[in-house]
Amino acid sequence: GVKVRKDKTQLTVSVKTFVKKLENVSDDEAQEILEEKKYVAALGICAQDSMGNGSNVSGGEVYSFQTPKHSSKMAELASELAQTPGQSVAPDHSECPEKTAKTPQSSSKAILKTYMFLLLMHVWVFLLLQSKKKEFVSTTPYRLRKRLAAPDPYLESESEYSASCSEEEDEDNQKEVNTALSGRKTPAKTKTASTPPPRNNLAKKIKENKMSNLVEEYFEAHSSSKVLTSDRTLQKLRKRRLDQQTLHDLLKKAPLAYAAEIKELNQQHESLFSKWMLQLHLGFNIVLYGLGSKRDLLEKFRTSMLQDSVHLVVNGYFPSITVRSILNSITEEVLDHIGAFRSPIDQLEFIIKRFKEDSSLELYVLIHNLDSQMLRGERSQQILAQLSSLRSIYLIASIDHINAPLMWDQAKLSLYNWLWYETTTFSPYVEETSYENSLLVQQSGSLALSSLTHVLRSLTLNARGIFRLLAQYQLENKDNASYPGLSFQDFYQQCREAFLVNSDLTLRAQLTEFRDHKLIRTKRGADGVEYLLIPVDDSTLTDFLEKEDEDV
Amino acid sequence: GCFVFKPSPKKRRVSQKTVNHFGERKDDSEDTELRFVTCQSLWNEIKLETEQIQEDLNKQLFDNLVSFLRRSHSEFQEKTTEWTCQMKSREIPTAALVLGVNVTDHDLTFRSLSEVLQNNITPYIALLEAKDCPGIKNLMQKLMGQLMNCYIDVDSLEDEDCVQVSQNRIRCSMSSLINWYESVTKKTDSETPRKKRTSSSRHWQSPPVVVIFKDMESFTTKVLQDFIVISSQHIREFPLVLIFGIATSPMIIHSLLPHSVSSLLCIELFQSLSSKEHLSTIIDKLLLSDRFPFKLGEKVLQVLINIFLYHDFSVQNFIKGFQLCVVEHFYSQPLSILCCQLVDAKKRVNSLSHNQCENIRRLPSFRRYVESQASEKQIALLTTDSYLKEIIQKLLEDLHVYHENYVSVLRCLHVFTSSLPKYPLGKQIRELHCACLENQVWETEEYESSLQLARMLNKSDLVTMLQQCVEIFVSSSGKEFDKTVEKLKEFLTQFQKLEDAFQERDVSVSSQKELQKKTDLYHLQKTLLELKESRRSKKLTKFEMLRFEVVDYIDGLVRNYLVPADHKTLHEIVYFNTASVLREHLNAAPRTALHTALNNPYWYLKNQALKSDGGSISNKAPDICIAYKLHLECGRLINLVDWLEAFSTVVMSVEGPNGDAASSDQVDDVIHARFIRAVSELELLGFIKPSKQKTDHVARLTWGGC
Repeated sequence: GVKVRKDKTQLTVSVKTFVKKLENVSDDEAQEILEEKKYVAALGICAQDSMGNGSNVSGGEVYSFQTPKHSSKMAELASELAQTPGQSVAPDHSECPEKTAKTPQSSSKAILKTYMFLLLMHVWVFLLLQSKKKEFVSTTPYRLRKRLAAPDPYLESESEYSASCSEEEDEDNQKEVNTALSGRKTPAKTKTASTPPPRNNLAKKIKENKMSNLVEEYFEAHSSSKVLTSDRTLQKLRKRRLDQQTLHDLLKKAPLAYAAEIKELNQQHESLFSKWMLQLHLGFNIVLYGLGSKRDLLEKFRTSMLQDSVHLVVNGYFPSITVRSILNSITEEVLDHIGAFRSPIDQLEFIIKRFKEDSSLELYVLIHNLDSQMLRGERSQQILAQLSSLRSIYLIASIDHINAPLMWDQAKLSLYNWLWYETTTFSPYVEETSYENSLLVQQSGSLALSSLTHVLRSLTLNARGIFRLLAQYQLENKDNASYPGLSFQDFYQQCREAFLVNSDLTLRAQLTEFRDHKLIRTKRGADGVEYLLIPVDDSTLTDFLEKEDEDV
Repeated sequence: GCFVFKPSPKKRRVSQKTVNHFGERKDDSEDTELRFVTCQSLWNEIKLETEQIQEDLNKQLFDNLVSFLRRSHSEFQEKTTEWTCQMKSREIPTAALVLGVNVTDHDLTFRSLSEVLQNNITPYIALLEAKDCPGIKNLMQKLMGQLMNCYIDVDSLEDEDCVQVSQNRIRCSMSSLINWYESVTKKTDSETPRKKRTSSSRHWQSPPVVVIFKDMESFTTKVLQDFIVISSQHIREFPLVLIFGIATSPMIIHSLLPHSVSSLLCIELFQSLSSKEHLSTIIDKLLLSDRFPFKLGEKVLQVLINIFLYHDFSVQNFIKGFQLCVVEHFYSQPLSILCCQLVDAKKRVNSLSHNQCENIRRLPSFRRYVESQASEKQIALLTTDSYLKEIIQKLLEDLHVYHENYVSVLRCLHVFTSSLPKYPLGKQIRELHCACLENQVWETEEYESSLQLARMLNKSDLVTMLQQCVEIFVSSSGKEFDKTVEKLKEFLTQFQKLEDAFQERDVSVSSQKELQKKTDLYHLQKTLLELKESRRSKKLTKFEMLRFEVVDYIDGLVRNYLVPADHKTLHEIVYFNTASVLREHLNAAPRTALHTALNNPYWYLKNQALKSDGGSISNKAPDICIAYKLHLECGRLINLVDWLEAFSTVVMSVEGPNGDAASSDQVDDVIHARFIRAVSELELLGFIKPSKQKTDHVARLTWGGC
């Protein structure tokens, strides 16, 4: 009994000191935040009077250093989020812990958690002394798991150890430990007077540790070229690749969350329309930023305010938009000028001249996504800025990319003469993300597939057969990493056997056609032989063949 | 991607009335037009004033430049034959114009510079910008285009075929340029000598050709070098002068150009006024004068100044901010119709509608005023419009007088504080102005310490300061300062008397000094200590008494006249105080807004389900927030499968009952689609990008962020 008592007191002490540590850390953070606040105040940005604007976040939160992450971190957070008592959540979600446990490296970033493991180790040893037959398992209760900003790499080894010992389970013991721990933890948390006063040098040491940790973490995060992620691929999930249409349909099924609140937000923004008009007329241009698609908002602005005036709508997210096309539509459709220009700069000069000569000309320009791939270049921005600096051209644009303001230097900013408006709408970027190159892998395959089928459908039956042959051969060899492609001679042989071609020349003619549609690629090997390849990934090719089979 | 919409021609109104947009927000639309007109006229006045200031400030610089240009080719003008022999070196006269980092202001400077030059020196000016001149060919083309055009401008009566010779037909070379120059100067010489004399006598016979490089730093080295080398070959036939606009430091010329090229230039340095001084003048003329009825509140001014000091040093942007303030004030404050010259304001008060009277009654400062009145007066103020109008007129007048006095006393105080060591109240008058607007300045520590310091000023300083103050008060328009001036003059005469008295005593002091000279270090220390002791115990000298009196008098002035504006009744009419608007629109932080939206959607979507404490977000947040939160936990690469799984775990847990579906590895199609949408939205926002390093991985583009 005495022994137990002793151990327990030891435990409480260690817990207490640890809690102390935590507080120290958070004190430092508070200090940092305070310093930031000072700078912020110096800039005249005090959060107190900002309404509806999310500008009360300190810069350190937005732009922070990268810290090393462990592969299972995400799954862990996911289960944590799933666990947090959301009002109508099913209380027990037994799969989640299993899921996290699946990943090889036991997650142990939080100091507290690893510390808990340590404590458990103590208890475990103690219990071993008591009853040697019984084995004990340490599954960390989720309630106790606490997240902490600074991970401690030194404690890593322990955690792995603890993970290794979790094999069997003894209900009674675990319960006991849990209650013991929770009993210990609450008094420690409330920070009684009995805690020994923190030694100063300890705090200092921690701070130093923290500093050196930060440095080490920085290099750890940036030096290693290797990133640890799991090797699972979407293919193994056997997930059907969604094309644009099905995606769209599926999303239609999912109701838009918080529609009422979003509508309210939009109404707030819409009340600004007349102010925008006023400011546009006074020589400012307007740029909208904030999360969520601003397309509908601008569209509404257009329909409600600009019906009686000439205006130009530019869909910046459109993948083939160029400045040239914008300038062209101004010269050709607004100014009714027929004729080509040697360079965009000439064209711009012409436009500027026309607008300066004729003061009755007025043009509203709406640009959705001024920061899109095609328009973000220096030259395009320069031209657009010069356009917008014209007195009788009124520009209203939206930006979404986090680094969009970097496009503009002081000179361009002064040409644009922006007034910034935060219009967070939370509405989904439906149009903006609907173009192929703005999407992730899932879509690129589907589009390639549809283009494959489209092209092939317009070809003769023989040509399709030829392509099938090649595709099949390529699939047969898909496990061969050094597969160079099918050599022309072999291919010719196969095609002849299948009665698809009768001469070398017809095959070549056919291949030229494929090549023109970018269906195949030829490559000369080291021996000078021509090899043929289909530059599409295997899964798409499989899908394609399946589809072809259905059709036939 | 581009769509032009044209209204049907009959529907097109001649001009969209800007006024219409002005007051649509408010229900009291009666005054909007008047308000708008007032706003416009006020703004135009301010704009004119700023332009005038700019012109005045640049005058010195331009005069120097003009005289430099005249000098540079005086030999060429004289057409002396030996000139070519004399000028063995082929140096091009060059003016290096250091303009400072505020690039945005340069445009205006160059525009007025070219105007000045056009009027005084030469019609042949070309303004080149780096962005138009990626190669020497483009540069020449641009140069010739500008020169030929201005030639046409000079005498438009010339035969048309000259105009027809467009740039692309002429071969762009130096020789053709020289030919053109010769023909032009000859023409003006021979053909129409009489006419030319009269019309453009201010130009020389063969005026120099001025080429201005607006942003010298951004030109490619090669282009500059080539141009300088080529034109130095022809400097004898072609009086060329270069002007370099420099934003950084004159050293840049030498780092851009190798010695062999820079030796072809004969550089003279010109320094423009620093933008800080420019700003001080602007503030002085716009804010600290009673010409303009519109005033800026303390916070607003602080924001504008901070944007200037921390971001761009651009006076142009400051003025833009000022414009925004004006517009915003007139837009949001219905009572701003009274924000005009006092005479007009009084007239307008009489024609105020009942609604507007109610607006006035609602003003916090006016309520305070009412509460301080006797009860029968209170009732009259709150019920009778006509009485109210009378009172308003009086109050407006008070406010006007307050401003007049405020400015003079502020300047006077600034005379004192600007010479104190360490400048406890700031060096610039704008800092003092801010401090006075913020709260009662005499209650601040800084003011206390500056008074302490002022009590230690020596006499000569004090006298000069007093003289300056007298000048300020004499020239001020305030009517109450006659007494003050008298008082100050009295102080001055007293100082003068002291001086006379002091000179008489001077003899005795000198003897004491002699005595001190003989003592050694030890004794000196001793006597000094004694002196100190005696001073502490001794009564104040006459001078010290007087000095105390002066400082106290100034202190009295300050307490009397430098009351913060928001203590004044009806200050809302002329002061613009909503700094948040200004900051939102001028100094926005788009990334922070995104951050807030993603991390704390409750900030925008006021739904209780989203409310959560601390840093974590609830699992009911919009999809993109969840995906974002999950991706923060990853390193540089993110496995899409893991991400998808984590995402679906979270989403499923919210949806609840059909927990069985989650057990299978297959994820619901709808959730899959939602995930895809969230991920592609994150890609659009620039948080991730597709990566080819590993299959089904995306790369993270931001650091940290949680």
